[in-house]
Parts: sequence; structure tokens; C-alpha cells
Amino acid sequence: MLNQQNKPEKLIDDKGLRVDGRRPDELRPIKMEVGVLDKADGSAYIEQGKNKILVAVYGPREAHPRHVAHPDRAAIRCRYHMAPFSTEERRSPAPSRRDMELSKVIREAVEPAIFSKYYPRTTIDIFIEVLQSDGGTRSAGICGVSLALADAGVPMRDLVVACAAGKVDGKVVVDLCDAEDKLGEADLPVAMIPSSGTVTLVQMDGNLSPEEFDRALSMAMDGSRKIYEMQKEALKRKYLLIKEAVEEKNEAKEGE
Amino acid sequence: MSSTPQPPIAKIESKTITDLIANNRRIDDRTPTDYRDLKIEVGVIEKANGSAKVHLGKTKVLVGVKVEMGDPFPDTPEEGILTVNAELVPLASPSFEPGPPDEKSIELARVVDRGIRESKAIDVKKLCIEPGKKVFVVFVDVYVLDHDGNLIDASALGALSAIITAKMRDYEIKKGEVVYKEGLIPLPIQNHPIAITMGKIGNSIVIDPSLKEEQAMTVRLTVTIEKDGNICAMQMAGLGELTVDELKKAVGMAVSKSSEMRAKVLEAAK
Repeated sequence: MLNQQNKPEKLIDDKGLRVDGRRPDELRPIKMEVGVLDKADGSAYIEQGKNKILVAVYGPREAHPRHVAHPDRAAIRCRYHMAPFSTEERRSPAPSRRDMELSKVIREAVEPAIFSKYYPRTTIDIFIEVLQSDGGTRSAGICGVSLALADAGVPMRDLVVACAAGKVDGKVVVDLCDAEDKLGEADLPVAMIPSSGTVTLVQMDGNLSPEEFDRALSMAMDGSRKIYEMQKEALKRKYLLIKEAVEEKNEAKEGE
Repeated sequence: MSSTPQPPIAKIESKTITDLIANNRRIDDRTPTDYRDLKIEVGVIEKANGSAKVHLGKTKVLVGVKVEMGDPFPDTPEEGILTVNAELVPLASPSFEPGPPDEKSIELARVVDRGIRESKAIDVKKLCIEPGKKVFVVFVDVYVLDHDGNLIDASALGALSAIITAKMRDYEIKKGEVVYKEGLIPLPIQNHPIAITMGKIGNSIVIDPSLKEEQAMTVRLTVTIEKDGNICAMQMAGLGELTVDELKKAVGMAVSKSSEMRAKVLEAAK
């Protein structure tokens, strides 16, 4: 495990490549799939580097307990949770303070895109389970949440996409992995609505000059736009698979 | 699981606030970049190592600092520990209820914590007694006494004032044991992070939103600025969105406001 004690001398080598061999503006490999759970109204599975995250959406459904309901819109609730085996050291399954904060920021990142006024007095419940974490779980989680919401048929203005940028060995890079997140100098997760180009989440920790911030912000948004294309593909793929299955069935019938 | 609550404000009031700000005016006659009156009293709790009471307009926050010995974290055996906690005391607002910390108080504590931690305001390496065995733990407890908006800045100003005025008993380390000496020493402080919180109301950005303005705003953004003008922490909240231009403008506003606020803290901590 990488930590301050056995920190490698350089996080960016002489060729300008990062610890996992990526260029500064290169994303990790991303895999997305929607409709992976049977009981949920919408679901998605996302892998980004070694991140493995499962998201389920239930609703719009009747509010339980009833006092959580809003008279003019759906109450959107979100639970971000990390599995006890998702990190190097086992974590307690009880929700941590970090989990509570992330649940809040993820909810507020996706809520602006949802037409929650269409479903007064209901709840839309979002569950994020991080099965394995590798840095940038909140960004990957947000991408998974908007896929699961779309899969559930919740009306939205657009998919919400998120991607982090940061600073490693004095260089601004996109999509930090675990080692870069822990040993680097700054982490800046950004969520955006691509069609309007607006930002729905910004967080930052570390050290960035205002100029570095501008560069990191545009890198994170460029990364987000790339992930946005993959999200649309992932959503289409589900229906292509259904179409193919139907066509195969029809062909088999014709052959009889 | 909680959802974003409904702001308890009448639409007509919210509209008044929004319309005023569109003309660069605010309900309390401030300009968009003005803070409310700030008063910081330090050393108000004798039994704490450090303390500060912040009055930001009608918002009142008390911060107490305690320094105790404890075990280091396994991944940072040679570093002391910083712990920030925030209590939204029920006497401070009709919307605060007794019980375990909710996401509001956890977020408040974590945003204040991030500013102090990421700017390395406390040199935690100097708080090590015996590597891997014993270190000093700095507890920063934020106690909200009256909530009239912008708890983050009031708490961060209070936390900074309290840690820079905190005194602990002078000590020597003999064979890994702490032996106390006569006299008091300050905490090892090396940076002064200043949190600047802004609200987006309509299409305008204002600094230091009051409670009424918080209820009318769609986005809250906190930017924490270090001594050298660099950014060390950010947090966005609320159900609205920011354009890239608004975000960059807000960061600029925070950078230019931070030195004025830092000077006020250092003045109060004299």
C-alpha cells in the first residue's frame, strides 16, 4: 500500500507519464452498464480504474415515513456507502462522517437535473455502494447515479457527469487514481450538466494557485465531456441488446 | 437518509431579496462583497487551551480548543492529530434539534477541518511525542449559539482565532514521556486559512449571506484561501448551478477578500 512512508520518489516520470502509465490528460479505463439489478427501478454498474461501484434507484415511490415528503416536489434521498472490504484496511460498515458528507454532495450534484416537480409527495431514493475504491469514487458515483436515474425513467434535463482533476508533482492532471489522490497536492472533483455547461458540484482540497485552479477546472470538465459520451453509449447499449434479442427470437420463429 | 429541506421563506420575501441583489443592493444595505460586522473575542473560556467567540452580524459561534495526549493514526505515526467537531446546539435556531450530528453539522465540521488541515495551519509533525506511540491531539469544537446565516465562515474564523491564541503547558520529552515544565507555549501554527462563503441569488454572487439570503439563494460556495493567496479547500452546496464564469468570479472574490478577513483575525488574536 502506498502511503507517506513508502512514497515513491516521483509520481510523474521523466517521460511525463503517471504512476499507472497515463498521460496527464488521460482518463482511466471506464466500463459502464445499466439495468444490472432486477428489483431496482433503475440501476447501473461503473468501473473506473479499480473503482467498482453499483448504483440503484427506487422511485418515484410513496414517501416513507410520510413526513419526509415535500408538497411541491419529490424528496430526493441519497445514500453513499463503502463496503467494508472496499479499501486496503477493512472499514466499519457503519456510515462514516465522510459517507454522510458525500451522500449530501452527490444528492445536490444530481438534483438540479431532475424534474422533481413532476412527482410531488413522493421520494426518489438513490443507493450507491462502493464495492472497491480506487480514488475518485464520488465522481464515478455521480456518473453511475445519473445512469441509474435514466434507467429508472426519471425525467431529467440531462445526465450529470463528474470527473476530478488535481495536482501531482506540481502538474495538473485529470482523473486521479488512489495513489495520486493520497500523495498528490490537490484534488478537485467537479460535476456538471453538459448541455448547459453549468457546474453542480465543486469540492477541493490541497493547494492550488488561482491559475492552476482554472486549468484543473477545464481539465475536469473536458474529462467529464468524454465520460458523457460513454454514458450515452451505455444507455443505448441496453436497448440494442434488447432489440437484438427480439430479432433473434423472431428469426428463430421464421425458421420453424 | 435526508433530503434537501424546503427553505422556510415566503416567495415574496425571496423575490424581494433577489430583485434587490439584481440592482447590487441587499436587505441589510451591504454591498455584494461586504461582510456583516465582525467581532472576535478570544480566551473567553478559561478552562479551554484556546477559545474564541465570533459575532458575525447576529450569528454567534463559540469555538473551544483542547489539547490532550492520544495515540497516532497508524498511517501517520509521526504526526499529531487534528479533530474538528461542530455542534448545532438546539438553542441556536428553531430548525436545530437535539440528537446525533446530522449532515449539516458534519458538513460544517468537515469544511472547517479541511481548511485547517489542507493549509497545514498546524504543524502536526511538531505534535509528535513518541513516533507510533504517543502524540498530541488538538480538539477543535465548534459550538453554534445563534444561527443567522453563514455558519461556515463564523466557525472557520473562530477556529483559526482559537488555535492561534491557544496555549498549552510547556513540556520536555524524557524517555518518551512528557514532563511538564513551568510556563505556557503556543501551538505550532504556520498558516492562516480564511474561508470565504458566497451565495448565488438570482444571477448574482454575494459574500457572507445572512440567514434570509441563505434561504433565497440557490448555491452556496466556500473557498478557503491560504496566507500566500492559494486555494486550499472548496465546497459547493445547494440545488442550483454555477456557470464556469460565475465559479471563476467567485474564486477571485474570495482571493481578494481573504487578506482583509485575515487581518481582522490577527488583530483580534493579538
